[in-house]
Amino acid sequence: MSGYSITEPSPRQKWIAGVLVIGYALVTLMPLLWILATGFKSSSDAIAYPPKVTFDLTLEGYVNLFTTQTRQTPEYLAEHPPQTWYEEIVRDKGMVIAGPSRFGERFLNSTIIGFGSTFLSVFLGTLAAYAFSRFRVPIKDDLLFFILSTRMMPPIAVAIPIFLMFRSVGLSDTHTGMILLYTAVNLSLSVWLLKGFIDEIPREYEEAALIDGYTRFQAFYKVVLPQAATGIASTAIFCLIFAWNEYAFAVLLTSGTAQTAPPFIPTIIGVGGQDWPAVAAGATIFLVPVMVFTILLRRHLLRGITFGAVRK
Amino acid sequence: MSNTAMDRVAEATPPKVARRIRGLSDRVIAWIFVAPTIALLLAINIFPLLWTVWLSFTNYRANRPNLPVQWIGLRNYERILSDADIWATMQATAHFLFWTLFFQVVLGFALAWLINRKFKGNDLWTTIIVLPMMLSPAVVGNFWTFLYQPQIGLFNYGIAFLTGVDPTSFSMIGDVALAPWSIVIVDTWMWTPFVMLICLAGLRSIPDYIYEAAECDRASNWRQFWTITVPMVLPFLMLAVLFRGIENFKMFDLVVQLTGGGPGSITELTSINLKREAFEKWRTGYSSAYAIILFVTVFGLASIYVKALNKVKDR
Amino acid sequence: MNFKMIAAALSVATVATMSAPAAKADDLTLCWAAWDPANALVELSKDFEAKSGHKMSFEFVPWPNFADRMLNELNSGGQLCDLMIGDSQWIGLGAEAGHYIKLNDFFDAQGISMKDFIPATVTGYAEWPKGTPNYWALPAFGDVVGWTYRKDWFARPELQAEYKKTYGRDLEAPKTLAELKDIAEFFQGREIDGTTVYGAAIYTERGSEGITMGVTNALYNYGFEYSNPDKPYDLPGYVNSDGAVKGLEFYKALYDCCTPPGSSDWYMSEDIDAYKSGQVALQMNFAFIWPGVNADPNVGGDKSGYFANPPGPGGHFAQLGGQGISVVSYSDSKDAALEYIKWFAQPEIQKHWWKLGGYSALRAVVEDPTFASSQPYAQTFLDSMAIVKDFWAEPSYASLLLSMQARVHKYVVAGEGTAKEALDGLVEDWTEVFEDEGKL
Repeated sequence: MSGYSITEPSPRQKWIAGVLVIGYALVTLMPLLWILATGFKSSSDAIAYPPKVTFDLTLEGYVNLFTTQTRQTPEYLAEHPPQTWYEEIVRDKGMVIAGPSRFGERFLNSTIIGFGSTFLSVFLGTLAAYAFSRFRVPIKDDLLFFILSTRMMPPIAVAIPIFLMFRSVGLSDTHTGMILLYTAVNLSLSVWLLKGFIDEIPREYEEAALIDGYTRFQAFYKVVLPQAATGIASTAIFCLIFAWNEYAFAVLLTSGTAQTAPPFIPTIIGVGGQDWPAVAAGATIFLVPVMVFTILLRRHLLRGITFGAVRK
Repeated sequence: MSNTAMDRVAEATPPKVARRIRGLSDRVIAWIFVAPTIALLLAINIFPLLWTVWLSFTNYRANRPNLPVQWIGLRNYERILSDADIWATMQATAHFLFWTLFFQVVLGFALAWLINRKFKGNDLWTTIIVLPMMLSPAVVGNFWTFLYQPQIGLFNYGIAFLTGVDPTSFSMIGDVALAPWSIVIVDTWMWTPFVMLICLAGLRSIPDYIYEAAECDRASNWRQFWTITVPMVLPFLMLAVLFRGIENFKMFDLVVQLTGGGPGSITELTSINLKREAFEKWRTGYSSAYAIILFVTVFGLASIYVKALNKVKDR
Repeated sequence: MNFKMIAAALSVATVATMSAPAAKADDLTLCWAAWDPANALVELSKDFEAKSGHKMSFEFVPWPNFADRMLNELNSGGQLCDLMIGDSQWIGLGAEAGHYIKLNDFFDAQGISMKDFIPATVTGYAEWPKGTPNYWALPAFGDVVGWTYRKDWFARPELQAEYKKTYGRDLEAPKTLAELKDIAEFFQGREIDGTTVYGAAIYTERGSEGITMGVTNALYNYGFEYSNPDKPYDLPGYVNSDGAVKGLEFYKALYDCCTPPGSSDWYMSEDIDAYKSGQVALQMNFAFIWPGVNADPNVGGDKSGYFANPPGPGGHFAQLGGQGISVVSYSDSKDAALEYIKWFAQPEIQKHWWKLGGYSALRAVVEDPTFASSQPYAQTFLDSMAIVKDFWAEPSYASLLLSMQARVHKYVVAGEGTAKEALDGLVEDWTEVFEDEGKL
């Protein structure tokens, strides 16, 4: 084994390692690929035994996910000829419409609440992180730990008083309420992450700017912010993903008006029973943006998921 | 409380910087910058927490606004701590915590070790492996119930394909013996990459010269692994365990979608049990006490753990 | 104390009704479960939209989440729903917590009489406290647990002969629960047309109310009672009587011997799927599915028959389902919502409702001589509605239900402990709930 060591593995070691990792990756991908595939199956193919690997592509799942039409009984179909080109396609293909879907609204809610809370938590978090980073604060560690500890509570426990509070001030099932809540939850992440990023920007830049006649605020705005742009962007994505994926608060505090997609997708039902192609279609549409962001983020991933505790 | 904290923030600002500024003073800027965050946290974290503490001493029910609210002292706490069902949910949580951490640490570390063999394309495959952990646990958990269905589910079919047992002969989420493992499997699938990433950072943080020095001492690879790699990665691994431990102690969305706590109450983790008490039975006072107990538990365990972690780090 | 509360709720409701603005075009949202009857109601309501000028929106939630979501909505004082077709057991809470408007004055003013509705539905869906003329809903959808069976399989001569040889009687719709189990056992694991089929699809769902809605059909008929008929809330000896224990054991035996593998968490939709895909010979389910079964291309028409829950040694009952329609007190459009109820109560609308697949609770509809023969399942529906019994409708019903779900599922599906232990535990849980309520 001369020449090779722990730091420089032999080609054979590399080869075995590669095969094992790729094998694991393929197994781990299977459920995700199955979601993707099920979205394009017909209802009967989706629940076929044994599971079908090859099948006829259909958009039934996606149609059921977005349709606004009511359940179409044979009598209804006989009485009402198709009105639009897409209705014609749907009928030609013999697709089954299970009833009007609210997925579009839920997806829009997810988007509004996700981006709204992300903007707020990054905005507030940047300010606070800057203050924590640049001004000496005697109880800084305590404050920072306090901010982090808010993440230790089980969401259900937090939801009890929030539910009562929202009820008494009329924030139940509103976008505003959910944006405020997610902002508060995400603040811990954004303050910790951004403080790390801002700590890495040398103080000398601002001090030079201050000497050049900038006010402290100008220095922050014109010198620190541009330097922290990458950090802010990745923090924003982490906040967005949290808000996007959040389920417990959403299921307890929203209903018809501000409900987001995660509590909605599992409740998509078709003609008797869960409509798996539609569920899979919804899941695909919902998960793909996160996958894209994950790939964009891969350099800062570790930092984000550990609240900045581990930096690569 | 915020006032004093804020004042201290401002006071602590170095005077020489303060003298230099034009426009807003640092004191004011510190105020402006930190105040909104503190205010929001006070409104949405601290105030509700205090409210929960107060509620935990009452018999309040949020669905019965017309009933009189009575102060009942520690009664809720007594009832919770003497309730066998709640201890059963604690046990279910402990089982879930232990085995998910165990599998994730073993698999995560092994994967990180393999990836660190620096084979060609390891970056790409790392990114692919990481995907599940970024996805919505509720949406993914829901879909796993489909994968777990006897006959039509991919999981059962896969197991049948590999072992030759009849795919209809077992039901992962319906069987009392299998259900606790069904949630462990999905959580491990989702979160092994998390431990893997942290371990990978740990492995990469070990400078090559340490190994090279060991090489000169003619230490075997095996010995290098146990005397260098493991101790150096341990703080990272412990950090990963801390994060996963807290997250899985709070576990709700994934498991509620997968098994809903069933069959019976076999997989009813504390969060699911708490949800039933708080938002189905609406025993608000009782569940507030429950919430406080959980909070104290996780906070206490985490503090002890962090102390241990710091000791390992300092070594 | 109850009456004080009702009086308070009543006065609030009256004031709210009086101060509501005069009729104008409103957007009304009706909340219900996501199931076939809801789709029928959307069709039916088009007539209301045309006549009143109000626009209807609908919020339908699947059954497993229905109670959770909607009670949360009510408890948070939400204004999403103007009209709520809430489950029968919510009526106590709806009345006492002030979620629903009391409808007595409205009924009197509009000439709507509860005497015109099937008595069981009035008691089950509209009254609180039970047995008093205080109405919080209009019976909207009659429903009851009954059974569907594969008539075509039952009619096969070779099966008939074999069954007769084994059990000494004809293979036909069972007359007792014990016979039902025999039939289920007979079909369990049998090859029919090349596929393995199973005995019966029954309710086993854990998360919401499924297994309770199923097991009660056995419990009632073996002698289970909710409490001492002479002394309300007196549970021991009634909930855990010897008969009740036998009933629970029966349900477990049925689950163990004669249900499809993996049916450990099944409720309405899973049972329908199993039945329609030809997996089972018998299906327990609420009557709402019968129009769908009858119209199904695979199992519809002559292939399916229907029978009421068979009697047992302790009596003859069936679990009541169904809902009344209520006006939510937090709504801004209470007048328009009342207008909807007025429209809905009309006999011709109720007739149309039945035609579309909605089980009308109006006597004029169901007592019409042509009703029983209008659909193959109509007579079974009438028979079933005559023997209904409902779960607790107390304001604390959710606590009572959750305990029952946990205790029963633990015994029947998870197989832990004995039936006696499960019911003793249930007595303990329920006693605690009533103690907390100050009723014991």
